[in-house]
Amino acid sequence: MTNHTADVSHEVHRDDVGARMGMWLFLFTELLLFGGLFLVYAVYRHEYIDQFRVAAMALNTTVGALNTIILLTSSLTVALSIAALQKGNKKLSIMLLVMTNILAFAFMVNKFFEWAEKIHHGIYPGSDTLLNLPDGQILFYGLYYIMTGLHGLHVIIGLVFLSIVMVFIMTGSVNKDSYVKLENAGLYWHLVDLIWIFLFPLFYLIQ
Amino acid sequence: MANDTVAISEKSFLEEGTTKKATGLASWLLSTDHKRIGIMYLVSISFFFFIGVILGVLMRLELIAPGRTIMDAQTYNTIFTLHGVIMIFLFIIPGIPAVFGNFFLPLHLGAKDVAFPRLNLLSYWIYVIGVVLVLVSLFVEGGPIDTGWTFYIPYSVRTNANVSLAIFAAFILGFSSILTGLNFVTTVHRLRAPGMTYFKMPLFVWSTYATAWIQIIATPVIGITILLVILERLFGVGIFDPALGGDPVLFQHMFWIYSHPAVYIMILPAMGVVSEIIPTFARRTIFGYRAIAMSSLAIAFIGYLVWAHHMFTSGMSQTATIIFSFLTFVVALPSAIKVFNWVATMYKGSIDPKPPFLWVMSFIFLFTIGGLTGLVLGALVTDVHLHDTYFVVAHFHYVMFGGTGTIFFAALYYWFPKMTGKMYNLKLASINAGLFFVAFNTLYFPKFILGYMGMPRRYYDYLPEFQSLQVISTIGSWLMLITISLIIYNLLSALLKGKKAEANPWGGVTLEWHIKSPPPLENFHVIPEVTKEPYDFSQLKTMKYVPKGEKYD
Repeated sequence: MTNHTADVSHEVHRDDVGARMGMWLFLFTELLLFGGLFLVYAVYRHEYIDQFRVAAMALNTTVGALNTIILLTSSLTVALSIAALQKGNKKLSIMLLVMTNILAFAFMVNKFFEWAEKIHHGIYPGSDTLLNLPDGQILFYGLYYIMTGLHGLHVIIGLVFLSIVMVFIMTGSVNKDSYVKLENAGLYWHLVDLIWIFLFPLFYLIQ
Repeated sequence: MANDTVAISEKSFLEEGTTKKATGLASWLLSTDHKRIGIMYLVSISFFFFIGVILGVLMRLELIAPGRTIMDAQTYNTIFTLHGVIMIFLFIIPGIPAVFGNFFLPLHLGAKDVAFPRLNLLSYWIYVIGVVLVLVSLFVEGGPIDTGWTFYIPYSVRTNANVSLAIFAAFILGFSSILTGLNFVTTVHRLRAPGMTYFKMPLFVWSTYATAWIQIIATPVIGITILLVILERLFGVGIFDPALGGDPVLFQHMFWIYSHPAVYIMILPAMGVVSEIIPTFARRTIFGYRAIAMSSLAIAFIGYLVWAHHMFTSGMSQTATIIFSFLTFVVALPSAIKVFNWVATMYKGSIDPKPPFLWVMSFIFLFTIGGLTGLVLGALVTDVHLHDTYFVVAHFHYVMFGGTGTIFFAALYYWFPKMTGKMYNLKLASINAGLFFVAFNTLYFPKFILGYMGMPRRYYDYLPEFQSLQVISTIGSWLMLITISLIIYNLLSALLKGKKAEANPWGGVTLEWHIKSPPPLENFHVIPEVTKEPYDFSQLKTMKYVPKGEKYD
């Protein structure tokens, strides 16, 4: 083994490619987390194909579509925010992140009203109204609450993640030359978006 | 040669921490140094291992005679559950990767640390949070979990015990496992020293890498399964409840989609350690390097596809059982490839039977028994007879304890001088290895026979004709307790008043043996450039550190 000349000072180790790789691996685990639920959905959709259709018709497709548009737009603003920071436009980057957060918030408000309406009609896990419905519909709504609920939780986590990075941009530790944290937050946000792209047709569109 | 402008500290990582501010205990608890984190895992994990051992000994004591001996049935249910939960989630899953993976993966790669040192510390603290939750679940209202470590539906939803909190702890521990895996995969991809190509990596790195992938791929599935069980308990959603249209067998599928690959999370790193120890003590390059490296990946891949062999009697489709049985036989192949290559490595080697090597010999014997009885369980016809009997208990203790547990001790004896800079009593360690082998077989071999005779697992009581074998097994548990106490005694006394260890007491050639014991904070004063194969023992002629009194020319 020969010796190689290398500087072993206490410099801060920086590896953007590594950081991005770590993020992708993490997103992979998120996909598998939802993957378990998609598996359950597939099994029960296969078993109760008619009941799933009946239950899906009671969901409000307009609200679902609106939320899809909101999330897709928020993915765009996050992507633009990264581009803005790369070009050195700090102000624009922050503004676009604020817009992303507003859109995410709007998504959650929509979701809240959607859930509230269902709960108001007595449809929630364990309720008498729901238990009187056929098995397939009980499972459909059970999955609806679990999957959109877990997704909503991810929206909130994404919101916090983006806000933290926004603070980093303001303080300057995330900047034109070192923006991998923003990229990673963006990646996470795209994942949240992507999962919704699958949830939307599975619950609202296939009727 | 080293860059002269940099002042190089001669202190070891034990004397110098990563934080300048923190001192004493805090400099350990807040350290991002992979070596200190590895040692913190070692201390925590060993502690819980010992608790698990005590619980096991208590169970065996209860079973020394039919009927009530020292505890009532509910306590027994709780104790076997806790024994399983502690041994699996707190000891054996994090065991080798978190302790030795953390400590030696960067050293083997010629790196200064893992890719994400702070995330590494976070993983440790998440592990601690999981541990605290397990402990809290024991004492809050409802009582400790009594479902068995598999927390099968429907009992886990119906029991009043504290299932939610205990399995939520497993969810948290899963997070720790995922983050460690993610860290290791990135480390292997990004931090190999110059010249360290993938096929120059030591085999421990290969197996840890394969393990890390399983941790990433499998763990989220148990995460979602746990969440579903908790939701089921809180709201009665019906996903697993046949009364509401759900399917309890689906739970078993989801549980084993993680828990079977988890078995490979447990055994693969152990196989990596074996691939390190055998060449060192046979003074011979490993036979079939690529075959061993690739078989790790093959195990990781095929191991993901065999989960339903735990469910042959659950009532799933016949076609599925046949396919899963076939795949189970296939996964035995890469394991066998490893065993044959290890044996071939020793052939015509210059074998030096030091304690780590003796532990590995014990491993090969016990693991082979465990592996072959696995095939008995993997075959459909015999499984129907043996399912849920002591035969299964004996099988997985041979694989997990005889496999991973034995290697945990082998690794400890192999790397202890490097980790602490102290040498233990070699003679006592060798006697230990022999005693362990005897104790192990006394404890677990009778269970194969009991299981074959029809003794079901997890039962509190049994028929009088099983008693003689139960007594032998219980005596084995006492021998085991003595053996483990001896190991702890040997290592602790070495730590307190042991001789100073040489930097390379065994004549190993992987990168960790090129540096001092214990290693300095940043591992390598100069990042090495790798030109040799990992097990090329001709290096000993030119290495800085070689075992005292040995000549190589």
